[in-house]
Amino acid sequence: MSLPIIALAGNPNTGKTSLFNRLTGANARVGNYPGITVERESGTWKMGDRDVEVVDVPGSYSLTARSAEEQVALRSLLGLDGIQRPHLAVMVIDSTQLVRNLYLTMQVLEAGIPTVIALNLIDAARAEGRMPEVERLRDRLGVPVVPVSARTGEGLDALGTEVTRVLLKPELGRSSSPWRYPAAVEADIRALDSMVQASSPDEARAMALWALLSLEDDDDLLGIPASVRVAVRERRQAAEAAGRDLDAEVIAARYRWLDQQEFVRDPGEAPTLTERVDRWLLHPALGGLAFLTVMGVLFQSLFSWSDPAITLIETAFAALGDLVRTRMAEGLLNDFVVNAVINGVGSVLVFLPQILLLFFLIGMLEDSGYMARVAYLVDRVMRGLGLHGRAFVPMLSGYACAVPAIMATRTLESRRDRLLTMMVVPLMSCSARLPVYGLVIAALFPAGERFGWLPVQGLLMVGMYVFSTGTALLAAGVLGRTLLRGKRMPLLIELPPYRMPRLRTVMVQMWLRARSFLKEAGGVIFVTTVLLWGLLSFPRLDLDPGLSDPTPEQEAEHSAVQLEQSYAGQLGRALEPTIRPLGFDWRVGIGLIGAFAAREVFVSTMGLVYGIGADVDEQSQPLREKMGAQRHADGSPVYTPLMGMSLLVFFALSAQCMSTLAVVRRESGSWAWTGFLFLYMTVLAWSASFVVYQGGQLLGL
Amino acid sequence: MNSTLAALPIGGSARIVAVGGERSFRRRLLELGFLPGISITLLGRAPMGDPLDVRLRGCRYSLRHHEAEAIVVDVPPNGTAAAQ
Repeated sequence: MSLPIIALAGNPNTGKTSLFNRLTGANARVGNYPGITVERESGTWKMGDRDVEVVDVPGSYSLTARSAEEQVALRSLLGLDGIQRPHLAVMVIDSTQLVRNLYLTMQVLEAGIPTVIALNLIDAARAEGRMPEVERLRDRLGVPVVPVSARTGEGLDALGTEVTRVLLKPELGRSSSPWRYPAAVEADIRALDSMVQASSPDEARAMALWALLSLEDDDDLLGIPASVRVAVRERRQAAEAAGRDLDAEVIAARYRWLDQQEFVRDPGEAPTLTERVDRWLLHPALGGLAFLTVMGVLFQSLFSWSDPAITLIETAFAALGDLVRTRMAEGLLNDFVVNAVINGVGSVLVFLPQILLLFFLIGMLEDSGYMARVAYLVDRVMRGLGLHGRAFVPMLSGYACAVPAIMATRTLESRRDRLLTMMVVPLMSCSARLPVYGLVIAALFPAGERFGWLPVQGLLMVGMYVFSTGTALLAAGVLGRTLLRGKRMPLLIELPPYRMPRLRTVMVQMWLRARSFLKEAGGVIFVTTVLLWGLLSFPRLDLDPGLSDPTPEQEAEHSAVQLEQSYAGQLGRALEPTIRPLGFDWRVGIGLIGAFAAREVFVSTMGLVYGIGADVDEQSQPLREKMGAQRHADGSPVYTPLMGMSLLVFFALSAQCMSTLAVVRRESGSWAWTGFLFLYMTVLAWSASFVVYQGGQLLGL
Repeated sequence: MNSTLAALPIGGSARIVAVGGERSFRRRLLELGFLPGISITLLGRAPMGDPLDVRLRGCRYSLRHHEAEAIVVDVPPNGTAAAQ
């Protein structure tokens, strides 16, 4: 038997997610709404004698919409286009901003949806002297009104009682919607209400009003019949010809009624605590300093503080691999279990520390209200790139790792902004590129060398960061003006009151994100690791049976030969003509294939290729020496400083990371965009390396 | 005296006379309560002068200078520093 469905709706920043977590515990499920990539969270609320299913409707200020994303609120409240219709709506209201919050509630009540109003943050309203007139709200709106606090748990039992009552008797939750519209608007409604799809006269009225206010010639709304579009256009044109302002007539009528009811005593215009705090946090100089500090902590924690946990996971899986290797009979199965299965699971789990940390920090920023200030402070800069200020945190996170950064694009509202950010974040120099840079720079540029008075090695390292940042910003500028050119959306963000972040809400949200990564991207990353293992290990080459007790050197030598004639080795050779103009030979080609598992794997793959064994890092002296000794067929050295530059540029720009691709696939919901990302970055990397290498040779470097 | 929200000095308050701009953006403003007769205060500007930080009906919003130019306000004759 399916459970009754309750939609939890309200403005953004009302503590709706907190309430959702309070009611459902940590058993929430994250899915997607059909047809679009908007998250749908649902969970079970155990109310003593009965269970109900609670759906968290994305926060919005109004039901009117222009994009498919904004339309989700309406679709999920009315159960349109493949979404199950809820039995009742709980409207979550920020009691400290009552009037604006009630605007959305009026739209829901008009549609005849059985409703219970939850006056959340009631403790804050009481403390600030903005206590709503609860009895008057019940009386005028005609539906149950329950003061609650998701933070303290106050009123949640009473909320459960009212919800149960309305579930049993929906009439108790229906309002007579006593506000009125001008006669001309009523005529517009009557012209449309027989054309819209609706299950009751109230709903038809509400849908007619919604269509009159929402439809535009170039909107992105789903499932609107052409006849309704034509009728709306006619009515709007007629209204305009008569000198009427239809949008303002409807909206002002609602607010006029709200203001007349005096649901809350006017708190006056005294500066709130939030405004006093913002005099510091948004101060032209001090605010900048605070911003840099917060972002510095975020970056530092992703980049360094996550490191012990990452090392622990890597060490644990290496130890597990060793344990199995020594306990199991040697052979293919052993190799498969250790290098494919255990390694594959490890390569998924290794992302968890950064994902958990980033979503913890984002949760704290969102929940405290500072995230909106981030968007406010950086808007001027991000606008130049065609991006929303909220894209700043994902972009910054990209310096640590593209995987959590791409997941963080969920905090952006428009699909176009999410896609654009996803397409450029992988260009940011992530921490997995560092070992590759380190190896190449150390092997090819002598430690003591100076350019002027600056050390060449350090200069190159800094240069790589400047280069990758510049390219990412350039790519954002270009893509944002071509392929992803969107209608320029003016900025309008709420700067919500500061609130103490609720650890519980933040932790639950963090866990949901991590779980969805494991479930939906983890599988692809695991399978690809196994496939890569297959490419590098087949066809098998058995160790010379004459060697009963091979020395480590002989084993390393065997591994090199095994790799050379594996499918990856053959692929490396087949690739050589295409990468030769960049100064790479087929051995580097194998390294590039191995690097798909993760860029830093390039280092250990090169260790294998050169017969030193996989157990090397970028500090390995033998590996550096081997690289220095490599010669092309014509006797010229493979690794020249110019080739090094070409390799650095290639690694900075190429989409050499299957985990990134897996997460882009998951977050964009599109193979086409994933393919585009891979193609454009590969072409960019190849072209830039070509210019560096060939140009350098022409200049005689 | 009519002016625009964008021309208010920091700390200045005025009453909204008319809200203009591109239709869907204007509708969003109206739905947040940016309606004629309502008092609005410019609290500050972001470090590079844009966007703006405004207070309306006890709520805070940020919008850009360009859009704020389309919000016509009536500045009280006794000066604009009324919102202390």
